[in-house]
Amino acid sequence: MKLNRRHFMAASAGVAATTLAAPHVYAASHGGKPKVVVIGGGAGGATAARYIAKDADGAIDVTLVEPTRTYYTCFFSNLYIGGFRTIESLAHSYGTLASEYGINVIHDYAVGVDRDAKTVTLAGGDTLPYDRLILSPGIDFVDGSVPGWDVTKQNAMPHAYKAGSQTELLKAQIEAMPEGGLFAMVAPPNPYRCPPGPYERVSMVAHLLRDINPTAKILIIDPKEKFSKQGLFEEGWNNNYPGMVERIGPDFGGNNVSVNADEMTVDIDGSVEKVDVCNVIPAMKAGIICEAAGINDGNWAPVSPHTMQSRADENIYVLGDASAQGDMPKSGFSANSQAKVAAMSVRAALTDSKMFPAKYSNTCWSLIDTDNGVKVGASYEATDEKIASVESFISQPGEDAALRKQTYEESIGWYEGISADIFG
Amino acid sequence: MTRPGPVVFAAFYLALVAPAAGQSGFGDAEAGAKVFRKCFSCHMVGPDAFNRVGPHLNGIFGRRAGSLEGFKRYSDGLKRMGADGLFWDFDALGAYIENPKAFASDTRMNFDGLDDPQERADVLAYLRQFSASPANIPEAAPTAMPREVELSEDILALQGDKDYGEYLSSECTTCHQLDGDDQGIPAIIGWPSEDFVVAMHAYKEKVRPHPVMQMMAGRLSNEEIAALAAYFEGLE
Ligand SMILES: Cc1cc2nc3c(=O)[nH]c(=O)nc-3n(C[C@H](O)[C@H](O)[C@H](O)COP(=O)(O)OP(=O)(O)OC[C@H]3O[C@@H](n4cnc5c(N)ncnc54)[C@H](O)[C@@H]3O)c2cc1C
Ligand code: HEC
Ligand code: HEC
Repeated sequence: MKLNRRHFMAASAGVAATTLAAPHVYAASHGGKPKVVVIGGGAGGATAARYIAKDADGAIDVTLVEPTRTYYTCFFSNLYIGGFRTIESLAHSYGTLASEYGINVIHDYAVGVDRDAKTVTLAGGDTLPYDRLILSPGIDFVDGSVPGWDVTKQNAMPHAYKAGSQTELLKAQIEAMPEGGLFAMVAPPNPYRCPPGPYERVSMVAHLLRDINPTAKILIIDPKEKFSKQGLFEEGWNNNYPGMVERIGPDFGGNNVSVNADEMTVDIDGSVEKVDVCNVIPAMKAGIICEAAGINDGNWAPVSPHTMQSRADENIYVLGDASAQGDMPKSGFSANSQAKVAAMSVRAALTDSKMFPAKYSNTCWSLIDTDNGVKVGASYEATDEKIASVESFISQPGEDAALRKQTYEESIGWYEGISADIFG
Repeated sequence: MTRPGPVVFAAFYLALVAPAAGQSGFGDAEAGAKVFRKCFSCHMVGPDAFNRVGPHLNGIFGRRAGSLEGFKRYSDGLKRMGADGLFWDFDALGAYIENPKAFASDTRMNFDGLDDPQERADVLAYLRQFSASPANIPEAAPTAMPREVELSEDILALQGDKDYGEYLSSECTTCHQLDGDDQGIPAIIGWPSEDFVVAMHAYKEKVRPHPVMQMMAGRLSNEEIAALAAYFEGLE
């Protein structure tokens, strides 16, 4: 007999539900145990699925929908480019979530949400009923934000802003650059995932080029006046990669750029530049399933700061990059932090478990050069209007080498910690 | 260039203003020489001092924690605090010698600590004589009382709610692993809850230097710290 995992899971979870410790369950709208469907098995979605399954002890059916079998973390993907990590070290699978937490993992892509019927439609044709729906689909790109570029051009001009093959491609292109060649990055406008991400990437590209192609140059074309950890990055580039990095901000036309992927050229405010590698990071919006669910306001899905529930539909939660929540940066740390609040709220809504006040925090590490890490972080509280920053800290320019090394080592500990917290 | 850990020094000056005005509880260096006998099996001071079980303590005021070149047996915890920007001052020294294990959980200083505030003040006044006009220490400092983490009996007696602790712990597990792995970030499971409470208050009151942990602990109430201590104590 071929054991169908979905049936098997349902059966074993049923056993757990009869144990004494199982929490009391409120009525489910589709009959049977209450059902939670999570769309997106990334930093937000996988954390939420794991916490709900773990703490509900089988009283809630948790289904996780994620198209890929292997999730490559964007966090630390720049370190792969710099040569500090292998691509395999960024890979995570869903095996533990299924086997240890009884989560029903479906590898498919959600294409529609019927909010009245409370069902999700999958590209494979299945329809999943839910009592609560969690959307953590990450980002998609805004069409036309960099004229000349769309996703069909992503092999010539990679974004590498969803990790995996894109990241490998970008690194291979950098390694193949001619001696003294030019790497260009079209940086994104706010808001976008991982505010220091593009600039950490520049540091890691510079690190790689310093070893293999020291006369190569890096050009950042940036629509923003200023950027995250700017003082720290600029100090690092000056000290460690002198003369290599140039940035064109909006005052010199950085906000008026188009590309030609066939010619490998970049047009900056009318002057055309030939480039060897072009990393286009377009403007971003919430993963398109949010639009399909009709819960967006503009490009993002607004949420209640107390619970991460969509402002448009209290049965839907939106986590991570896709949500418009206030002051938290779009980061893996934030998504993980928000997922725990949402998990608690979902459990309180579907079982008799307790609801505590929401607490959020974030820390983002960036690597500038070998053993030269910096960090920025903040804690947040929920107000009625938004998730508001309470307290923050940032590494200082001129810190000594011992502290920078320690900061880098901490970031490695964090990567291990958050990976275990997301994927079990 | 050395960096005066910005946060530490902010706390340091704050701590000094009050006692200097009060003029009470000055340490007595002569009495301190006697107290130092408790340290002498491991530490030397004076012209011919060398490292024994512990590092020599000449110039300890203003020295970066865990940084003496030539002393090879520092614990990771003390080295980490040094790297974070902890320079020994009255506050930090007072906290450390009061309860070494609570201050740096994995410390190699195998010493129970000095409970009596007067003894601590005295021994520090004695040690102060072997730190030649340390640039970072204001002149009023030698006579000021250490302001270690003062925890009332009430705070230590608080019974933590484990369930609440488990909920709160989800904020910690982004960095601290529940299986006790401690790559880059220390493990915090299975500690006696009192040590845990003291360590958390040391961050909260900024006696311990780390900015992330100062922020995390800074917004936890006494009850929440007790709840976390109760929860993490039960894990192994
Ligand atoms: C270069 C780079 C560096 C970064 N560095 C850091 C860092 O150091 N620290 C940090 O905290 N953050 C960092 N980030 C940001 C971090 O990766 C994201 O903020 C985080 O992954 C957001 O989590 P999420 O759950 O919102 O989305 P994701 O983690 O992207 O997960 C979304 C998942 O949903 C799936 N999905 C999308 N649509 C559907 C659908 N319709 N149906 C089913 N599944 C779907 C996708 O396949 C994906 O697996 C970095 C990002 C980049 C690009
Ligand atoms: C049993 C041996 C022992 C005794 C007794 C002892 N210490 Fe220590 N001490 C050590 C060791 C070992 C270290 C290094 C600790 C580490 O790295 O964690 C240390 C570290 C220190 C440091 C930090 C030094 C540095 O360079 O950062 C100070 C200050 C200190 N001890 C003071 C004292 C005082 C004051 C006493 C007595 C009241 C005392 N110690 C008693 C063994 C001892
Ligand atoms: C962003 C990452 C991060 C988060 C989140 C975090 N910590 Fe920490 N924690 C650290 C780091 C880094 C250190 C080491 C600090 C140092 O050098 O003093 C540390 C140290 C500690 C220590 C002292 C360990 C020792 O060996 O002395 C305790 C106790 C602790 N944390 C408890 C907590 C608790 C409780 C929480 C949740 C409320 C928490 N931490 C959340 C990163 C974190």
